[in-house]
Amino acid sequence: MTEEDVVAENPILHHALRLGDDALILGQRLSEWCGHAPMLELDLALANIGLDLIGQATHFLNLASEIEGKGRDADALAFHRDVLDFRNCLLVEQPNGDFAQTIARQFLFSNWQELLMREIAAAPEPRLSAIGAKAVKEIAYHARFASEWVVRLGDGTDESRARLIAGLDWMWRFVDELFDPKDGAPSLRADWDARIARTLAEASLELPKPRRGIVGGRSGHHSEHLGHLLSEMQFLQRAYPGATW
Amino acid sequence: MYTTELKDKNQKSAALSVADEDPEKLAAFEARVAADDFIEPKDWMPEAYRKTLIRQISQHAHSEIVGMLPEGNWITRAPNLRRKAILLAKVQDEGGHGLYLYAAAETLGISREEMIEALHSGRAKYSTIFNYPTLTWADIGAIGWLVDGAAIMNQVPLQRTSYGPYARAMVRICKEESFHQRQGYEIMCVLAAGTPEQKRMAQDALNRWWWPSLMMFGPPDDKSPNTAQSVRWRIKRETNDELRQKFVDVTVPQAEAIGLRVPDPALKWDEARGAYDFGDINWEEFYAVVRGEGATAKERIQARTSAWEDGAWVREAAATHASKRAMRLAAE
Repeated sequence: MTEEDVVAENPILHHALRLGDDALILGQRLSEWCGHAPMLELDLALANIGLDLIGQATHFLNLASEIEGKGRDADALAFHRDVLDFRNCLLVEQPNGDFAQTIARQFLFSNWQELLMREIAAAPEPRLSAIGAKAVKEIAYHARFASEWVVRLGDGTDESRARLIAGLDWMWRFVDELFDPKDGAPSLRADWDARIARTLAEASLELPKPRRGIVGGRSGHHSEHLGHLLSEMQFLQRAYPGATW
Repeated sequence: MYTTELKDKNQKSAALSVADEDPEKLAAFEARVAADDFIEPKDWMPEAYRKTLIRQISQHAHSEIVGMLPEGNWITRAPNLRRKAILLAKVQDEGGHGLYLYAAAETLGISREEMIEALHSGRAKYSTIFNYPTLTWADIGAIGWLVDGAAIMNQVPLQRTSYGPYARAMVRICKEESFHQRQGYEIMCVLAAGTPEQKRMAQDALNRWWWPSLMMFGPPDDKSPNTAQSVRWRIKRETNDELRQKFVDVTVPQAEAIGLRVPDPALKWDEARGAYDFGDINWEEFYAVVRGEGATAKERIQARTSAWEDGAWVREAAATHASKRAMRLAAE
């Protein structure tokens, strides 16, 4: 049986890997901001969100490791898989760009992740729901933070508005993947659309025009960006095989 | 992180004269300080006290902020999930320290923008230690162990410094620094017990960070002209040399315990003093780094300046939005 078959046969493993990889990759992206944000308060907020996500990734990947039962722990999953085995959505691996692009990504993702995590927290699988229940409080803050910044930037200066529109435009292609009938959460679409529309209206922005969605992250077919992110993140584990840290 | 009061050797000593102060007020102030009373923002204070504190607290704040860069350099490459989370939390703590310290300095009548402008233009100094590069993962261990270890030595007495807002900020900061020091030493312990490559990293990091860490305590007492007044005013509670000696005495056995060698051939235990004798510090290098000639000084200031300039549109957007909102609320 190939790795894909094993994952496909175990929906909980499937879930744990996707959720863990989403959190890990976005946490890694946000940590790139550390020391470089537009003001100290934002440095703290972005690091804080990144830290929450790394914590969630650790829990979900530990669970994935336990279910998989192959002796690969969460670190082995994070630092020794290559692009084809990562199951995160394409949205989270997109480059930070400027602050508006980072906020656009966070806004679209955290609103989705919050709805999803509420569902998981209430679901019958106890190991997933325990992690979900803790994560949902953190994510609610992430979604609020990002939504507030969408309003500030959208209803700020001409420049901030133009930058936010460009950021949303960059990220919008990757939204459909979150609701993909096969690998996503299609039932959350209506609630998510309503949340996004409400915040964009408050920011006096129009909804980006519909476009062909790009998918593939959930089956390991990522953008070019992920390989570079992994080569940086996995450097020490790859350069010094077998060492403990 | 912490910085002792830093001045370029050629820079004129800041006016610390109290000649123009009202002698009665000055005497009352000095009596309060001598009795270990806290001075609060609205209390009368000599201008030299205010200036010295602004310089010291803002240097300390800048050191926290610039200090995020050498460590931030390794967050994206931290070797496992636990280390990544710890390092992110630690660097976030440093940012938080910067925030309280800027706020403490603001109570003395200077704005955060003015302080940041002084940092970017090179008028304000920050700890020389952050002008050295972090080359390997072991440098993250060495910074926690040595740099935060030196910071604790400096800061513990500052919890009783005479200026209330500074002392209170320091209480919280000290708790966090003590966690930082332990995580750094733990990184070194793991590396020193690891593969030959890891041991090499650990020893090399100690070799590079040892002397700069000793320099963090500032010039020797006989070359530190403001120390006497700062000690009298309880801005400082112990001298640079006293603190440096304490640091050496605590740290050398920690290095020995994990099989690392302190890079000082003159280092030896002095039974009579009950302290380590150690070699001469290269003060020429120290003053060069204070002047901005450190290996990564340009990169550090460039990174801070770019973050500030690239983020100007964000700050402007937030301010514009806030005023639009206030106007809309007023119109309702």
